[in-house]
Amino acid sequence: MKKIAPTLIVAAIAVLPLLGLSTYILHVLILTIMWSVIGMAWNLLGGFCGQVSFGHAAFFGVGAYTSGILYNKFGISAWWGMPASIGVVAVFALFIGFITLRLRGPFFALGTLAVGVILRVTAENLPDVTEGNLGIMIRERSWVDKTWYFYIILTLAVLVFLLVKKVVGSRLGYYFVAIREDQDAAESLGINTTYYKTIALCLSAVITGLAGAFYTNYMGYIDPKVVFALHDISIVVIMVVMVGGVATFWGPVVGSAIMVLLAELIRSIPMLGAAHLTFFGVLLIVIIIFLPNGIIGDIPKLKRLLGIRKNL
Amino acid sequence: MTSVQLEVLLQTIISGIFLGGLYALLAIGMTLIMGVMKIINLAHGELMMVGMYIAYALFSFFKIDPYIAVFIAAPVLFGLGVLLQKFLINPVMKVDSILPENQVILTVGIGMVLANLATIFFSSDYRSTPVTYATKAWYISDFWKDSPLELSISLPWSVSFFFAILITAVLWFFLTKTDLGKSIRATAQDNDAALLMGVNVMRMRMLTFGLGSSLVGAAGCLFLPIYYLFPDIGGQFTLIAFVITILGGLGSTVGAILGGLVLGVFESLTATYVGMGWAPVGRFIIFIAVLIFIPGGIVSLFKK
Amino acid sequence: MTPLLELKGISRFFGGLAALTDVSFEVRKDEILGLIGPNGAGKTTLFNVVNGFYAPSRGEVFFKGERISGLKPHQVCARGLARTFQVVKPLQRMSVLDNVIASAFLRAKSKAQAVQIAGEVLHLTGLYDDREVISKGLPLGKRKRLEIARALATKPELILLDESFAGLNPTEQNESIDIIRKIKEIGITIMIIEHNMKVIMSISDRIIVLNYGQKIAEGSPEETRNNPLVIEAYLGEA
Repeated sequence: MKKIAPTLIVAAIAVLPLLGLSTYILHVLILTIMWSVIGMAWNLLGGFCGQVSFGHAAFFGVGAYTSGILYNKFGISAWWGMPASIGVVAVFALFIGFITLRLRGPFFALGTLAVGVILRVTAENLPDVTEGNLGIMIRERSWVDKTWYFYIILTLAVLVFLLVKKVVGSRLGYYFVAIREDQDAAESLGINTTYYKTIALCLSAVITGLAGAFYTNYMGYIDPKVVFALHDISIVVIMVVMVGGVATFWGPVVGSAIMVLLAELIRSIPMLGAAHLTFFGVLLIVIIIFLPNGIIGDIPKLKRLLGIRKNL
Repeated sequence: MTSVQLEVLLQTIISGIFLGGLYALLAIGMTLIMGVMKIINLAHGELMMVGMYIAYALFSFFKIDPYIAVFIAAPVLFGLGVLLQKFLINPVMKVDSILPENQVILTVGIGMVLANLATIFFSSDYRSTPVTYATKAWYISDFWKDSPLELSISLPWSVSFFFAILITAVLWFFLTKTDLGKSIRATAQDNDAALLMGVNVMRMRMLTFGLGSSLVGAAGCLFLPIYYLFPDIGGQFTLIAFVITILGGLGSTVGAILGGLVLGVFESLTATYVGMGWAPVGRFIIFIAVLIFIPGGIVSLFKK
Repeated sequence: MTPLLELKGISRFFGGLAALTDVSFEVRKDEILGLIGPNGAGKTTLFNVVNGFYAPSRGEVFFKGERISGLKPHQVCARGLARTFQVVKPLQRMSVLDNVIASAFLRAKSKAQAVQIAGEVLHLTGLYDDREVISKGLPLGKRKRLEIARALATKPELILLDESFAGLNPTEQNESIDIIRKIKEIGITIMIIEHNMKVIMSISDRIIVLNYGQKIAEGSPEETRNNPLVIEAYLGEA
């Protein structure tokens, strides 16, 4: 049962558009799947390899702008941005890794945060390349209907899920976790920690960049404040993983479903709309204090808590 | 260099030093917290924002001058800091989790809530405090008629700068001359040794977080006559404070002062000669360069 | 014949303090070399220099004739020199087996091979029955053995053991002595730091004594025991 469960879940999700769902529900599903992809990417670097990034918006934004600039400056379809972003983001991540990966723990986190902000400000100040704060608009949309976008992001999500599973079960995965648990011990056991941290960063960045390139195509509009956003991207992806479960396979999926639904729910209640960051913040605080390893990661603890209640 | 160019350069450096003095006050709070508790407080700028709104409200409703509001905002922020430390940060420091960065993420959460609450209570409008002296300035030619150069010093900037120096001096006295201050410094140097010597480390932590918060709250009041105020203003100041702490040397008060001045002058130069929008980029280039080339910060250069 | 490991005039300073001063000696193939000395004599610093965590301030380290000082720890380990830590550093949230697999990957070409190496090492160190335990939950004695198991899984020619006996009860100590003898039998050379004199005298072929960062004696256990300098160093401490 456990082995076929993922296949069943994917199959169930894949038939959803055939049920004639409303455009809005399809949109929420697409967002959820996109955030799962970014969450899985962050989790590979942060959860498994222990390198907490506060700047994943940088990779998302570079992916998004690769797509946008190809369309805007070179006049080719923004879809080419997805394959192109792989190379662009990989090179960019190598450079960023060279600078930031010599930092440890919270310093790495803040180094990446700085990278995110630098990119936003740079994009705002280079209108010749990025159109600055005006942003880039994709005028010819591929489809009006959302079904195809849904299947594209779902395919990407499935591939990323399989990739993460494969990586974590392999030599790479063992090395990542060893680095997370004790970098000095890992180093003295023959693990080239700098090299493997760079691999984790590049993998994570490329996946995030792909999601960014998809975003450009799907939303049809990007600007620096949106795609390089600190709170709405870099922090939200941390929340997706923290809520769902750090260093688990399904954590980012569960976390993304909760976060997207919560965001939509709050937005739909006009009274609460303005307070959505308060809700997110309080949720984050509660999760960190009571379920520090997320819902999936703390299932034993959750069961214990619920079990106690039953006994009462 | 023509005299006009020289004037611009000197004027830029003067504003940079004034800005740096306020930055230093902001960063001392963060470096104290970092030194004693070994945590990075990413809600630091948001605490400053709270201080600013307190001063703003006092001015709007009771016509209390922002410089007087320092004496109200600082104690309020002290209390807020103690509560945050006691009920949120402390419990998390005890929880075992996969990622030790949990406490940093926690402070991000606190910052989000504070900024959002400010939006709810005060809306996201930009506000300024119309103090009567906002645009007053002193000119060199007022004092020295034949001065070859004309430089001006803004009144609110210089008063804020003076206040910042005063507060820093009082803090220095507190930390070096009083028993309580010495206990805080002992805790920062060696937690375990302090514990063995009978210092109540838990209490020192609460006190430090309160003190750090009240310092940044005071800095907020001093910024108010000069800056626009809006709920999301905190984030950029958190980053500034953090960059200065790294630049100066972690946990070093002297480093925070030096780092503040260096960053203030540097930003002022960037704004004048490269463009206003680029100041944040310059800030982070300094940040990354320091991490790579002088990981111990400015203070470590003197030790050699 | 070149010695397996050779230290030539190693000094290491921290600020103005000399943790090691002009230490030279060699480790011969197939021997057990004991490294003793009072607290703060520089024993662990010496391991850190050999293993690459610290670069020596002066002097050079050679392993199998190749200069290894200046290499990173992972490069040193890849050349066949593994170590354990005095303060044990298990990968806390991994099971005992996964801990060992992670280091077995250094020589293994596939995961299956890594699992196989790990299995062998766990049998050798008597941890096989605990393989599913999350290493955070192991008692100290077994955590010390896990340190040894991880180092062995990298298939070293020389293994540096840093106080593998400290804090063990007599039964555990005897088990560990057996393990160290077995390691020697499979052809791995051992350099060991130990405070317990009875243990070190019974297992070592030769002993080096450090005091205040300097080598003050070298010789067989018998010679060391009767060396007046050594006696003085230890009595001075007491």
